[in-house]
Amino acid sequence: MNKKIEIKKGTIPRLLKYIGKKYKGRLVIVFICIIISAVAGVMGSLFLQTLIDDNIEPMLLNNSTDYAPLLKSILTMIVIYVVGIISTYTYNILMTIVAQGILKDIRDDMFSKMQTLPIRYFDTHTHGDIMSRYTNDADTLRQMISQSIPNMFSSLMTIIAVMASMIYLNAFLALFVLIFSIITIIVTRYFARRSARYFIKGQRSLGKVNGYIEEMLNGQKVVKVFTHEEQAKEAFDILNEELRSDSYNANKNANVTMPIAGNLGYLEYALVALISTFVTVNNIMPLTIGTVISFLHLTRSFQQPVNQVTNQLNSVILALAGAGRIFEMMDEEKEEDNGYVTLVKVKEKDGKYVEAKEGMWAWRHPHHDGTLEYVPLRGHIELNGVDFSYVRGKQILYDITMYAKPGQKIALVGSTGAGKTTITNLINRFYDIEDGKIRFDGININKIRKQDLRRSIGMVLQDVFLFTGTIKENIKYGNPNATFEDVVNACKLANAHDFIMMLPKGYDTMLTGNGQELSQGQRQLLSIARVAITNPPVMILDEATSSIDTRTEKIVQDGMDKLMEGRTVFVIAHRLSTVRNSKAIMVMEHGKIIERGNHEELIAEKGEYYKLYTGAFELE
Amino acid sequence: MLKKLLKSLREYKKDTILTPIYVVFEVVLEVLIPLLMSKLIDDGISGGDLNIVYIIGGALIVCAMVSLVFGMLAGISVSRASTGFAKNLRHDLYYKVQDFSFYNIDRFSTSSLITRLTTDVSNVQNAFQMVVRTAVRAPLMLITSIIFAITISPKLSLIYLIVAPVLGFVLIFIAKKAHPIMKQVFETYDDLNNVVEENVSAVRVVKSFTLEDEEIDKFKGVSNKIYQGFVKGEKILAFNSPMMQFSMYTCILLISWFGAHIIVSTGATELTTGSLMTLFTYTTQILGSLMMLSMIFVTITISRASAERIVEVLDEVPDITNPKNPITRVPDGSIKFDNVSFSYVKEKNKEVLKDINLEIKSGEFVGIIGGTGSGKSSLVNLIPRLYDVTEGDLFIGGNNVKDYDLKMLRDEVACVLQKNVLFSGTVIENIMWGDINASFDDVVKVCKLAQADSFINELEKGYNTHIEEGGTNVSGGQKQRLCIARALLKKPKILILDDSTSAVDTKTDKLIQKAFKEEIPNTTKIVIAQRISSVEDADKIIVLDNGKINGVGTHKELLKSNKIYREVYESQMKGSDDDE
Repeated sequence: MNKKIEIKKGTIPRLLKYIGKKYKGRLVIVFICIIISAVAGVMGSLFLQTLIDDNIEPMLLNNSTDYAPLLKSILTMIVIYVVGIISTYTYNILMTIVAQGILKDIRDDMFSKMQTLPIRYFDTHTHGDIMSRYTNDADTLRQMISQSIPNMFSSLMTIIAVMASMIYLNAFLALFVLIFSIITIIVTRYFARRSARYFIKGQRSLGKVNGYIEEMLNGQKVVKVFTHEEQAKEAFDILNEELRSDSYNANKNANVTMPIAGNLGYLEYALVALISTFVTVNNIMPLTIGTVISFLHLTRSFQQPVNQVTNQLNSVILALAGAGRIFEMMDEEKEEDNGYVTLVKVKEKDGKYVEAKEGMWAWRHPHHDGTLEYVPLRGHIELNGVDFSYVRGKQILYDITMYAKPGQKIALVGSTGAGKTTITNLINRFYDIEDGKIRFDGININKIRKQDLRRSIGMVLQDVFLFTGTIKENIKYGNPNATFEDVVNACKLANAHDFIMMLPKGYDTMLTGNGQELSQGQRQLLSIARVAITNPPVMILDEATSSIDTRTEKIVQDGMDKLMEGRTVFVIAHRLSTVRNSKAIMVMEHGKIIERGNHEELIAEKGEYYKLYTGAFELE
Repeated sequence: MLKKLLKSLREYKKDTILTPIYVVFEVVLEVLIPLLMSKLIDDGISGGDLNIVYIIGGALIVCAMVSLVFGMLAGISVSRASTGFAKNLRHDLYYKVQDFSFYNIDRFSTSSLITRLTTDVSNVQNAFQMVVRTAVRAPLMLITSIIFAITISPKLSLIYLIVAPVLGFVLIFIAKKAHPIMKQVFETYDDLNNVVEENVSAVRVVKSFTLEDEEIDKFKGVSNKIYQGFVKGEKILAFNSPMMQFSMYTCILLISWFGAHIIVSTGATELTTGSLMTLFTYTTQILGSLMMLSMIFVTITISRASAERIVEVLDEVPDITNPKNPITRVPDGSIKFDNVSFSYVKEKNKEVLKDINLEIKSGEFVGIIGGTGSGKSSLVNLIPRLYDVTEGDLFIGGNNVKDYDLKMLRDEVACVLQKNVLFSGTVIENIMWGDINASFDDVVKVCKLAQADSFINELEKGYNTHIEEGGTNVSGGQKQRLCIARALLKKPKILILDDSTSAVDTKTDKLIQKAFKEEIPNTTKIVIAQRISSVEDADKIIVLDNGKINGVGTHKELLKSNKIYREVYESQMKGSDDDE
């Protein structure tokens, strides 16, 4: 094998821990049932010897018609078989519950863990990569726990039971069967390994073909516009043939294994028959007919579980590799949060703030000296000498200093890649700054519990994401406790109400696939309404109205103005109309603030801002 | 449906036919072997005749070897047939989709087409492999085993006739009962994936609303539903193997009891101990093949829906095709709309464009302004015949668009779509979509025109920088400029920009316009824009409202005469600073 599947150290014990956590008792029952079921099967084979040697042969010899002993042994067998069947049923049912339960636990833990991971994790892992842990890896794990493990255990039990019976019947023949089985295992392992190798290759080719199909079909309209159909076909044909060849090789090796193992079993059977007859007839080691027949039957019962174990081994290895990847994600470092300043509701009493059920929001700030301070939540944001880089050595922001007093509107403008969005991502601590300080109401944001910090900052992002669910549910996303009236009010504020009412089901219209039923502009309006309902003291609007046509924007603007009233707002926009009435405008370039001031001042300055936005700029 | 699918077999027909033939030999031998075994026991071992043991033993070995060869052959040919069939199916589907018009693509939706080409093809491939191999094997095994059993002992074979139908019935019953539950579970799986997918792409939204816990609850809800469904379904399926054991054991015990009676009462003349053994082997084979039949039943049910979805695509008729004697040259870039109406759905009163009459001269710069849903994109999509007009006629270079060769027409009419995509590959590879024979200098030239050259040179690897799928590693404005450059490389007679500079800043936008004017004066340029500044220098601006032309004129004329245009202009120039 040129590519070994690696199983990380510690995967198996960790998996066992999951299994042991809740299901120890049930698993013990499962294993007992498997043993009983396997023994019952083997007893069946041994029964044939009894049947022939102790019942039929003597009756034939003595010409007896006394069926009582036969009836007795058959009745015994009925009892054994019934116990066997009940055991099989019990362990099948229990195993389902155990396997699905474990899988649910792993899935839930994986998702809970994912929610705590920092944004950086999502930046550095592709969606497909994360998704495949929930789908492919979890699926192979499911198969392993619910099928491979019980199967292998049951097979192993059968092998032991059969081997014991064979040795009991005849140790010499048993040795022969054992050696032959080992040869069979080696041969089938060879094909199974080849198959597994191509299988992995095939999965990769399948991924490639599916990826190609997805990319090209998503861009199918562009393909048509560029009349690129022929090239698209050519590239597809190459990938498609590669996939065929890999999956052919994988399937071929897998499909060939079964007839080989099966027929080697027949070969073994014939050889056992020849040898046993030979030794009996030549009086080397005389055997009774019953023994030979019983032995032959055992040989058949031996082969099948041996093949099972060999087959299942591959899926176990694949599943363990998958489990390794799942645990790898669970081991990722959590988003760090050492914040101890929290958001509480306070009331003023005798000139001091005290915590109360109702009242205004305030930061609860315990100081090192043990004193407690309540700072009213107002939305004062201050950045002081902030440096930042996503990747070390590639600085994005240089010495950013700016402030926004409560209720002020600050605009960030500049060409794409200047670092405008990055600044907003620092204020709510999606990323941590490298140098400098950011303060919220005078408190270093590193001291504030992230949850409370983010709750006090409403964000409308450049790329709108809507969730599967009704429009109402999507708006309520901002505030799960909101009433329907709140929802309608928020939508009216964002000017989304009118178009929502035009939809056949109004607020109960289902959105799927990131709201693809709606236009980009409508989706932006919804995402504004979603923030409006949270009523945050600070708002960040990152190109929030870029896809709304200017006539509609003018209508939205009134609502937006109302929405921004009394809040600290950071606006990123290309459009003059959106930024013009800001208290201060920061013009950014290459991660630095190069100009600042209000609209009139900047126009008078005749600098970059003037060039960018007046339209009166002259071509060189 | 089956006929349509099997058309895709083509060069793999031979293997598809050979497989069942190999399987027939394999099965016959597998049924023959137990018979030889009983002979070996009766005549050889019991009779103590060494010669017979050697002869039959030798025959057994030969049979096993031959069966092994046929088994391998069947395994190989079925692999070749099924993987080849899947390849051809994917090929046919993909080629078919390439012939689809925009209308056809819209009808299916992209995501559903993707599922049909990926998951559905895999399902059909699995079912095909199973059916070709086992659909012959299982019934044949069942029938020959029963026949051979009857030749050994017709009386004892009656036991099979009772047990086998009962087992078959129960197995099918279990499958039928469990299948809908499992199907539902797998649908719930889609929900689960959807939640994960949404949370991965919208991680910033979740975090900024601090709704991590709510999302976890949502996920656990779906996760629990899957758990419940699986347990419910597998509880039914768990009857399968005890049911098999029950039938097997019943057969063995009944055969033992009655077999012993027959042997003893007839003094081992009618039935021998050896043939009793053989009957046990046939029991396994008969019941095993019943199990296989129930599995085939399930597989076919599962893949049936997939097969139907595939055939739907194969049956779709592309609604725009090349004319019979196409015109292969577009004389110039003039455009004339003559009473054009258009609707996406093929029914009346849902028109997106109504009675459009418009003439554009070759080389003109035309701007189009209008609100969302006013029909701007629909209008320009008609020009390269991405959709066909519903009523009226559209002329390009004096000829009806329907008379042109499609490929040539679309090469001459370059359209930068609103929802544009870049493909994974280098910058230069993406630009060269416009013209695969272009030189590097040509590429640089169009990138300069589209104001993309400067930022490309700032990228780490310049023109050889790798663009991720969908162009996620360049900003919106950069992506738009690359898309414009790609269209320019076609050297078209007509260039259409459908809101293609919305993310480009005003300064760059102006520079692009200036370059167009100076470098490609003879190309007809049609620009859809939200910003007045993008179109104010146009020779002609068209104001669209509700699918109708509301006004045509220059910037100055429209400011005077057109209410909508004036409103848009004011909203952009003044903003909302009146209250300051």
